[in-house]
Amino acid sequence: MIRYRDVLRSIFSILLCVVSCLVSANGQRNAASAAAFEAMLPVLHHPRCMNCHSAGDFPRQGDDSHPHAMNVRRGPEGRGVTSQKCSTCHQDHNLAGLHMPPGAPDWQMPPRNTPMIWAGLTDNQLCELLKEPKQNGHRNIDQIVEHMTTPKLVLWGWNPGEGRTPVPMSQADFAAKVKEWAVGGAVCPAASSSASHAATQ
Amino acid sequence: MISFSVNKRPVKVDVDPSTPLLWVLRENLELTGTKYGCGMAQCGACTVHINGQAVRSCVAPVSRAAGKEITTIEGLSPDLSHPLQRAWLEIDVPQCGYCQSGQIMSAAVLLNEIPNPTDDDIDQALTGNICRCGTYPRIRRAVHRAAEMMAKGGAR
Repeated sequence: MIRYRDVLRSIFSILLCVVSCLVSANGQRNAASAAAFEAMLPVLHHPRCMNCHSAGDFPRQGDDSHPHAMNVRRGPEGRGVTSQKCSTCHQDHNLAGLHMPPGAPDWQMPPRNTPMIWAGLTDNQLCELLKEPKQNGHRNIDQIVEHMTTPKLVLWGWNPGEGRTPVPMSQADFAAKVKEWAVGGAVCPAASSSASHAATQ
Repeated sequence: MISFSVNKRPVKVDVDPSTPLLWVLRENLELTGTKYGCGMAQCGACTVHINGQAVRSCVAPVSRAAGKEITTIEGLSPDLSHPLQRAWLEIDVPQCGYCQSGQIMSAAVLLNEIPNPTDDDIDQALTGNICRCGTYPRIRRAVHRAAEMMAKGGAR
């Protein structure tokens, strides 16, 4: 009987250790994922991204994120309105010279019904918004990774043309952080530790 | 060789694909109604339609026109009968006239999408077309007048 109790105690100890290790590993994995997201933030907060993810029903331009010249509006599909659509001036490539219209294939901003406005959000809120299918174009995590690492419109941030500052991280490093965030469970930074990004509100 | 249609006429041009569409229209095809203003898509004087959408031809490479339907001010109507042209004449909109073909081409896209535009719709659509003479009040009136003509069956 005593031996049986010892065996039970040993099994319980081992189980406790395994669960504890798993919880600890999961916690480390969560922390790594959240840290990867925080490492992505200098890119997400950069004018090259924020100018189309800014507050208001219009795009912005320039490193100072001023409202787009000519009173350009978002439009229902994020492609402008009537005779002032994005494609009126923007080509599928940058044009040479200062103050010339930048360009990339499928130049657009988020559509009106899912505007994906990042301005004013805490890091936690931004992270949660990115993952919200009703707001992100019904993208799952894999598709979010793809959106952040593949389309030429997004990659334009690394090659924005003359007079515009590129996003402050190499494309390879950013892609690695995005994938690290996703593989770790797309964990968001804690709400309490997040600071609001007030630029371009 | 780049092929496309201009004012419903098929054309082929042997030019560098990066040549601005504006220069092909003006120099190769001798359609000089479309004007050069700023050369950087900021004034609207060079506005034409590509498949019915307004495009600043000074920054659009001719390669973008390949296989597409281009409409210039000369193609809006063969005889100045388009409601916008009639309204422009009726209200005597132009002063110097340089920007007006671009204004009319932008207004045509507006009326295709919003047949009865408000002042805000007009301002929104044409704010990228600059008029140094300041004919904006007459432009707005003429767009409203053209919309009336179209509503009464005046569209051609």
